Amino acid sequence: MGNVLLQYSTVLMLSIFIGIEIVAKVPSILHTPLMSGSNAIHGVILVGSMLVLGNANTNLEEVLGFLAVLLATLNVVGGFVVTDRMLEMFKPKKKVEKKEEAAQ
Amino acid sequence: MSRDTLINLLYLFSATTFLLAIKGLGSPKRARLGNVVAAVGMTVAVVATFFKYVDGHPLHHVGLIILAMAIGFIVAVPTARLVQMTAMPQLVAIFNGVGGGAAALVSITEFMHIHSSNPATYVTLEVLLGVLIGTVSFSGSAIAYAKLQELMTGRPVTYPGQQVINGLMGVAAVALIVTMLITGSMVLLWALLAISFVLGIAFVLPIGGADVPVLISLLNSFTGLAVAASGFTLGSNLLIVAGTLVGASGILLTRLMSKAMGRSLANVLFSAFGSATTGGPGAAGEERPVRSASPEDVAVLLGLATKVVIIPGYGLAVAQAQHVLRELAEVLESKGIEVDYAIHPVAGRMPGHMNVLLAEANVPYEQLKEMDEANIELQTADVAIVVGANDTVNPAAKDDPSSPIYGMPIINADLAENVLFLKRSMRPGFAGIENELLYNPKTTLVFGDAKDTLTKMVAAVKQN
Repeated sequence: MGNVLLQYSTVLMLSIFIGIEIVAKVPSILHTPLMSGSNAIHGVILVGSMLVLGNANTNLEEVLGFLAVLLATLNVVGGFVVTDRMLEMFKPKKKVEKKEEAAQ
Repeated sequence: MSRDTLINLLYLFSATTFLLAIKGLGSPKRARLGNVVAAVGMTVAVVATFFKYVDGHPLHHVGLIILAMAIGFIVAVPTARLVQMTAMPQLVAIFNGVGGGAAALVSITEFMHIHSSNPATYVTLEVLLGVLIGTVSFSGSAIAYAKLQELMTGRPVTYPGQQVINGLMGVAAVALIVTMLITGSMVLLWALLAISFVLGIAFVLPIGGADVPVLISLLNSFTGLAVAASGFTLGSNLLIVAGTLVGASGILLTRLMSKAMGRSLANVLFSAFGSATTGGPGAAGEERPVRSASPEDVAVLLGLATKVVIIPGYGLAVAQAQHVLRELAEVLESKGIEVDYAIHPVAGRMPGHMNVLLAEANVPYEQLKEMDEANIELQTADVAIVVGANDTVNPAAKDDPSSPIYGMPIINADLAENVLFLKRSMRPGFAGIENELLYNPKTTLVFGDAKDTLTKMVAAVKQN
């Protein structure tokens, strides 16, 4: 059992450092999409919710599990859709051609 | 290859796509693709989970799982599609809250499942941390939502002994966890759940509307950590990696935001900032002369400029004037005038919010300058236009140690030759602090609704 804990802790430590490294490289212009994108990613709790509902024995566990799957789905689906909508707006645009001669 | 190995391999794939998605956010060009990649990864993980065996049997209640997902899907898609970009922060708060709620529910259900079998202490600890953090994130996000949606006052809500009471609740939560570790009592779980719920609310109440960007980042991070805790309990590397990733990103953003306000995180969270309307020097009703002009007058000034820097704030979005502003910028550019936008990191209601609002109005992101860069541009600018911003250009942050915002890095609008300050009235900004910039001899005030004023300016500049 101790070995399993150690293995998970290793993953945890590495994830912290990788997370900080790649998040620090996100420019401030994209901080809102970063928040909503990472928001969608923690919706992965959906996987956990499915396992819990799929393993429920009592009625109470079923109800709680059902709620968990529902909430987690809201989180995942809403998160990805909103992020996509935001990033769609960050398409590179051609600069307005300066018509200096025409203006004179 | 065994079923379990294959599923774990697919989980590894998903975890990788999440990392790629955040890496993709390093540049606006690859960002959207990254998000799609993560969505694919998430789908793979969910589909793979349907084939997973738990405790030696296939998933029960598959029908229920699909039903819950269908309901979630039907509710989430239109909500996310239709929301206004100005309302984005509250939506992120809500989606964050439900994620935290789901994590807490997973932990609770898991605890019911295992507590009879005398689990190892560390397993119980992970579960209880999941319950505590997930629930705080859930109820805290709900209050943050109510504040942003203006269902309740955006001002800090304070009452006597608030911090002592919050502190005691925190201590009580820890004491409950310790007791449960020793006794494994099931009844106390409900007590922990209740106290976590109240703690989340009490924690968010004293935080003022202007500080909510920091708060949302922090709550996002909490949900991430709750998910990681569930990952430990369920033995899922995928949940640990994804949860930790979000936890790290939230903490980092939280720190960036508090730094951008020149305050410590503790000050943001516990000082009930902006609860008292602090009148700085000269605020006590004394009338001081300011210079004001009509939109038509200032259009002449703009026509003579070679470089203009626009400093937008959240008031711009409130007045729904982003599109007119972009129009003004385009008219100026067509006359050969260089136009940039100076974006303060805390402009808006969540980190980077102003960038999204301007991007929605089709402002090319190349023109959006971060604070440091903007302050260099301003040195050579002829005109700075402040629209809907106030505290982020307040020189008191630099010169007045008695000011509540002292120490906050600001955009130095007064570096430009002329400052145009578009303002509805002389009322101070969100934090209730007098702005010396209004009385600067370089400053011309243009009173009125930002949208009207800008529309008039566009028309006048076109004619010149």
